[in-house]
Amino acid sequence: MKKILSILVRNRPGVLSHVAGLVTRRGYNVESIAAGPTENRAITRITLVVAGDEPILEQVAKQVGKLVDVISLEDLPLEEAMTGELAIITVNADRARRAEMLNLINLLGLTLTDIRDDSLSVMAAGTAKSVQMAISGLMPFGIRAMARTGLVALSRPLDPKSANEEDE
Amino acid sequence: MKEKSKSKVARTKEAGPKDTPRNGAQVITDFLNSVGTEVIFGYPGGAVIPLYDALYDSGLRHILTRHEQGAIHAADGYARASGKVGVVFATSGPGATNLVTGLATAHMDSVPILAITGQVPTTSLGSDSFQEADIYGISIPITKYNYLVKDPNQLPTILAEAHYLARSGRPGPILVDVPKDIQTTLITAKAGPLDIPGQNNHCGSDPHQLEAMIEALTLSQRPVMYLGGGATITGAGPEILTLAERLDMAVVTTLQAKGVFSDRHPLSLGLPGMHGSKYANLAINESDLIVGLGVRFDDRVVGNVRRFAPMARILHVDIDPAEIGKRLPVDIAVIGDLKDVLTKILAKIKKSSRPQWRHRINELRQLYPMEIPVANGTLKPQGVIRALSDHLKGQAVVVTDVGQHQMWAAQYFQCEQPRHFLSSGGLGTMGYGLPAAIGAQLARPDRTVVLIVGDGGFQMNIQELATVMENQLPIKILLINNGCLGMVRQWQQFFFNRRYSSTVFNYNPDFVALAKVYGLWAKKISKPNEVDRAVKDLMKTTGPALLEVEVALEENVLPMIPAGQGQTDFFEGEEGAQ
Repeated sequence: MKKILSILVRNRPGVLSHVAGLVTRRGYNVESIAAGPTENRAITRITLVVAGDEPILEQVAKQVGKLVDVISLEDLPLEEAMTGELAIITVNADRARRAEMLNLINLLGLTLTDIRDDSLSVMAAGTAKSVQMAISGLMPFGIRAMARTGLVALSRPLDPKSANEEDE
Repeated sequence: MKEKSKSKVARTKEAGPKDTPRNGAQVITDFLNSVGTEVIFGYPGGAVIPLYDALYDSGLRHILTRHEQGAIHAADGYARASGKVGVVFATSGPGATNLVTGLATAHMDSVPILAITGQVPTTSLGSDSFQEADIYGISIPITKYNYLVKDPNQLPTILAEAHYLARSGRPGPILVDVPKDIQTTLITAKAGPLDIPGQNNHCGSDPHQLEAMIEALTLSQRPVMYLGGGATITGAGPEILTLAERLDMAVVTTLQAKGVFSDRHPLSLGLPGMHGSKYANLAINESDLIVGLGVRFDDRVVGNVRRFAPMARILHVDIDPAEIGKRLPVDIAVIGDLKDVLTKILAKIKKSSRPQWRHRINELRQLYPMEIPVANGTLKPQGVIRALSDHLKGQAVVVTDVGQHQMWAAQYFQCEQPRHFLSSGGLGTMGYGLPAAIGAQLARPDRTVVLIVGDGGFQMNIQELATVMENQLPIKILLINNGCLGMVRQWQQFFFNRRYSSTVFNYNPDFVALAKVYGLWAKKISKPNEVDRAVKDLMKTTGPALLEVEVALEENVLPMIPAGQGQTDFFEGEEGAQ
């Protein structure tokens, strides 16, 4: 089982150490961790993807929620949340296959970021699935290096009607 | 009016005028004065010289221990005995790393501590400077929260926040690492308002959960109250007593709750778990409702999760939501301050007697009494502890170290008041006892402080005898000497065919002579008929004193439920049932 935790934390030095350290030392499996600023400079959002059994995942959420810097913690259902990921990939590209590759890059909607005699670099952004598709598509050419951000996620805003219903 | 140009070397007893700029070190001592700090435990070093300079004329009392570990355990003992925040100072590098065990000890038992460490100057941070250690990184998992001060103007706010965090919610140790240049920088900033938005989420307990709790309590026929550190921390003793008597609840108390509910009360069944009484564990086994109040359902209490209280629903009240369901599934959970929750419950709960359950509790107690082993010419540690308990009649603060004597003290020393039994429960830190007793005596100068300690743990922080003498703290030390590391030796005897690997001391000093060299009154006994007299003599002394009692090597802590076993799997020792 997988869980996405969307965590708002005080933007303090060491806050990432506190979150990452907790998750590792309690033996939870982290799939990815991504941190970045929010609309409020004092607040950082951390998106944590963890894998494990339900009781373990519940403990992760509770232990993380307990950290002093954590302002709020949301458990995002994978199918409902808005999610995205980014990857930068450098791939072998000899001249003979360049046309074929550019075709594929177009097809996958990737952004070209660098061209060399023997390589191409591209950026893939989208859902985790589309990023994975880009990686699989480029794999046969030989991937030289790759960087992935890990998942970021946000819950869909409630429309005012359903928000009222929840209050009642 | 205060003189305008206050010379830096001038030594006055009061803090300087508040409107003159203060350096970081003075900001710290001013802050500690402002929160009414009675005593600081510490050990100076290069990176805290400015802090100790500010201390010099701050009017604050500082206890110089003989080791930083002694300082932090003393701060811990002070905090546990008083309920206030214990404060400790240490220098950078080795000074700071010597705090590690004490921080972890306090973290496990939720003890409020403010540890202030010196650090190399901000300009040298991260360059492996002399006496540099990343105590911020090291202490993350063993503190409630920690800080490395990089901006001098943040210092006032950090101190206020740190002190608040140490004592609020579920208390715990907080470390503030202060680089040397921050200590000497003039600071004009004042503390801002506390801004910890995530810390006030669990104030009010859910009314539905309270209703469910009341219903479960009312319907239960065989309720057992299981008390933990939360009962001590929130001062919920009076509410607990009222609830227990109103509903005829059996009460079991862990190490951290001992004294909250009098050990002499007819409903008290004492310690549960691995070395608990049979009657406590059998009552849990027969119960239909376990009411865990401020507890962790620790493995030393629960044993085998699947066989814990098989007939009971589990009700858990705790201020820390992460404790709910951590070890075992809970039927009803109430998040909140225990005293507050109980006050709300008591307003709605009517008296209902449970004569059958009361009868059964008394029956269990008579069937399986916690008897003191017969002294066949050898001195029994259980008997000595009971003699001490009878002599003191609940009017002393008892501090233990860790090991067999700790369990005997928990079993046989009768406590009647909260914060009168101090013991490292969660971490089980040997060497805790002597320094913690120092802290306890400073917190409670009005009380007799008794340290019960073994020959192993005593030698782990024995250097603190000098601190005891320097401050003339009239601590009474009961040293139970079995010449070995008894608890481990006991496990080796029971589960490893008596292969006493490295648990028997082939050399021990003459503890009486040693104590006398430090300047304590000291005496040793080895025969059962000497006990009463020796206890009286010990308690008659006015200053620091030590009574050594020599007991058999193979003395064991019984009853015992081996780790991970069920509540009724009593291990009788190799002799079997007697």
